[in-house]
Amino acid sequence: MISPDSIGRTFPGTESITISQSQIDAFCAVIGESDTSIAPPTFSIRISLDQSEAILTSPEVGIKWDRLVHGDQKFDIRRPLKAGDVLTCSSTIESAREVAGNEIITVRSDISTADELLVSSWSTLVIRA
Amino acid sequence: MVNPGDSRMIKDQVIDEKVFYVNRALLKQYADASGDQNPIHQDEAFAKSVGLPDVIAHGMLTMALVGKYVSEIAGGSANVLELGGRFTKPVIVPSGADVDITVSATVTDVADGKVSLSLSATSAGVKVLGMAKAVIKK
Repeated sequence: MISPDSIGRTFPGTESITISQSQIDAFCAVIGESDTSIAPPTFSIRISLDQSEAILTSPEVGIKWDRLVHGDQKFDIRRPLKAGDVLTCSSTIESAREVAGNEIITVRSDISTADELLVSSWSTLVIRA
Repeated sequence: MVNPGDSRMIKDQVIDEKVFYVNRALLKQYADASGDQNPIHQDEAFAKSVGLPDVIAHGMLTMALVGKYVSEIAGGSANVLELGGRFTKPVIVPSGADVDITVSATVTDVADGKVSLSLSATSAGVKVLGMAKAVIKK
């Protein structure tokens, strides 16, 4: 079960993440995107889910990642990510509820440069009983 | 596929569908590109051991392909402002098979230089994304 204290909390991203052109190229190749000058709309999932995993599985939050299923995902893109961007990702546990023994947690991830919010995304994660 | 330069989009307009094909090799490629190495997307024995019918595609691979479709409608991924949906059923990817992911869209609103789309994604006739929507700059 999620620690009740963590609901509503924002966990600032402390590590800075630099996007490389080869990461964008690899992602574009999977979906057949020829424009590799910017990251495709869902590229930021690799940053936000990594960050969410680190936070949610920390002892203070207490989620078991191996029981997890991705329920919903939404992206709000203010400016597409591109190679060379130096980013941080903060995560907010917006809500947690229990349905039929499963825990349903919504995490918002805000990906920013030093002075600009680029992408906010919402992941609804279901932790199966 | 609609040519984005062709004409202005109007409410209730249905946009031509696009069919993507996924197979085991593409799942491996997506796992490497996304960092999601969960074995349910690569290892048949493991997938079956946790009660799945077979290897399943990453939900986010389906959404990435839907994102590609929306980018084409928008005249480039720079014009995609919002994208989202719910993973309703898994895309099942048997060994040796190319499995379809068929995507289509309907225009639900046109206002202030933005077009809202309602999206549909199916695989083998089964709806795999629910309540899928996008907003593009137009």
